[in-house]
Amino acid sequence: MQGTKTRLLTGNKAMAEAIKLEMERDPNVFVMGEDVGVYGGIFGSTEGLFQQFGSDRVIDTPISETAFIGAAIGAATEGMRPIVELMFVDFFGVCMDQIYNHMAKIPYMSGGRVKLPIVLMTAVGGGYSDAAQHSQTLYATFAHLPGMKVVAPSTPYDLKGMMISAIRDDNPVVFMFHKTLQGLGWMDQLDASVGHVPEEAYTVPLGKANVVREGKDITIVGIQMTTHHALEAAKKLEQEGIEAEVIDLRSLVPLDRETILQSIKKTHRLLVVDEDYLSYGMTAEIAAIAAEEGLYDLEAPVKRLAVPDVPIPFSRPLEQFVLPNAEKIYQEAVKLVNE
Amino acid sequence: MAISKNDLLWMYENMYKIRYYEDKMAEAYTEGKNPVFNIGAGPVPGEMHLATGQEPAAVGICVHLKKEDTVTSPHRPHHHAIAKGVDLNKMTAEIFGKETGLGKGKGGHMHLFDPDVKFSCGGIVGAGIPHALGAALAAKKKGKDWVAVSFIGEGAANQGAFHESLNMAALWNLPLIVVIENNQYGISVPKTASTSVASNDVRAAAYGIKGYYVKDNDPISMYEVSKEAVERARRGEGPSIIEIETYRYLGHFQGDPELYRDKNEVSLLRDKDPIIRLRNLLISEQNIAENDLDIIENKAKQEVDAAYQFARSSNYPNPEDALKDLYVS
Repeated sequence: MQGTKTRLLTGNKAMAEAIKLEMERDPNVFVMGEDVGVYGGIFGSTEGLFQQFGSDRVIDTPISETAFIGAAIGAATEGMRPIVELMFVDFFGVCMDQIYNHMAKIPYMSGGRVKLPIVLMTAVGGGYSDAAQHSQTLYATFAHLPGMKVVAPSTPYDLKGMMISAIRDDNPVVFMFHKTLQGLGWMDQLDASVGHVPEEAYTVPLGKANVVREGKDITIVGIQMTTHHALEAAKKLEQEGIEAEVIDLRSLVPLDRETILQSIKKTHRLLVVDEDYLSYGMTAEIAAIAAEEGLYDLEAPVKRLAVPDVPIPFSRPLEQFVLPNAEKIYQEAVKLVNE
Repeated sequence: MAISKNDLLWMYENMYKIRYYEDKMAEAYTEGKNPVFNIGAGPVPGEMHLATGQEPAAVGICVHLKKEDTVTSPHRPHHHAIAKGVDLNKMTAEIFGKETGLGKGKGGHMHLFDPDVKFSCGGIVGAGIPHALGAALAAKKKGKDWVAVSFIGEGAANQGAFHESLNMAALWNLPLIVVIENNQYGISVPKTASTSVASNDVRAAAYGIKGYYVKDNDPISMYEVSKEAVERARRGEGPSIIEIETYRYLGHFQGDPELYRDKNEVSLLRDKDPIIRLRNLLISEQNIAENDLDIIENKAKQEVDAAYQFARSSNYPNPEDALKDLYVS
């Protein structure tokens, strides 16, 4: 992105712009959730929408996730295209029945006769001492259950393009956005939370990973924050003469197996990094794919780096200990390349 | 309230059809399950929750509904589906797991979806209320006079979804009607052991909405209160709760040993059966000839018989079709 063509937006503004454009385009699109109205979403995902579209289309709900997520299902069966916000993904416990027993299964159980074009957007991620009930990503919890597309974009450009794809998709899409990548003034200021975003509507496909850095010595697969950590680690690795290829997964379901397998054909080494729990998670899934379909391309065992199967602790040193970061990725990558 | 002869005959026909349908299903369900009961055996495997005895709840309100109105139903859905006009052939084929079924055999008896008449049901207690809430919200957004009816059992009135949905429906003044079929038991637990109030219509006060109570499984009273609730909802006067005292003649599911109730209970209930009561009323007060009722009954039987025949003669889906329909395109 150079010169006058660059149009910088934060992650949250990119998301809100996507929703705004789709609401202008299609009167069936509307937003429902807690504090999505005047407040503009606790993490800014609906900033400015209430002022433009009013309370009929940007609806503040009571703290009743079961009812409003269930209502999105009912409205979708009537031809509406609801976007509902689950404020923190951690709150899934009070409404998971509607999400996985109904939203995810009704299209299948109806033999494809019932379409549910719903976007369930939800904030994920830690790193700012919000403790065990407000810091999870739960990527794998949702990705494990059939019937929902599950995406987790990492840049303002992808947040906008994938949100537009999600709204236009006729299937339920769980759209996870990372709090720290929203570019909010009251959180850590990261360069990665600001980026070029074209003004017009455009789509980024769901189910396609992105090779964000090419390299020949090792493949590092990340998602959202861990992609950015991996890119930072790759810079340091470069100084050691190690060329890391970094893949931003972007989408958990559908999963772009091909991009990962192509990369390990080239690098022969695989490190998978996740901000979710280690066991039974995304890192395990990708390691299994590599073992089943790419084992002979590997010259060393697959390495995984993720939250070591404890809830996210509150105190800063404890939390920083369990979360992946660039330094940990760098250390693991060096070890792996030297194996 | 004067009820038109047409409406009374419609209710009678549908109650009769539901009863005959469920009796036939009870029979079909036992096939392949004798002498040893195996829930997974026979042409109709899996759980089976029949609505025999609960017909008045379904017909008393569905008589007031049109195709554009939404109905959601729980795990015991056949009476609601029939009263809402779900395609009987496809519904029965679905219950038999056939490719011609509503969901091509992927749903089964607790998961029937017929978008043509806006009917759905599901196996999680209370979970259909938010779906009806959403349909009611969509109706209001579209400026239509459509209503959404959510049928639940009395056990579902103790679920969070009930409270959340009624609060929102009242807050936004939506055309939602929650019909609570109090069939006295949540599986084995009597209502007195699960619910803090004698009848759930009083809970309407908690949301500032209308609550109605129908005694003794009476289709006529159900008709009357439902008419008012539906008309109010259509006029934009908001949601309501109707509780009907009804009776489950059979177990919670087929194969339920029913050790939790007196063996005489059901025979006493059958003595005051609502279908017989309505039949007598049609003859004595509406001057309908018995012969005319026989004609109605035969027509209903033929329709149901044809649906079972359709289901039995349909093919099973190809096994690999299990992998289809996860996503629509």
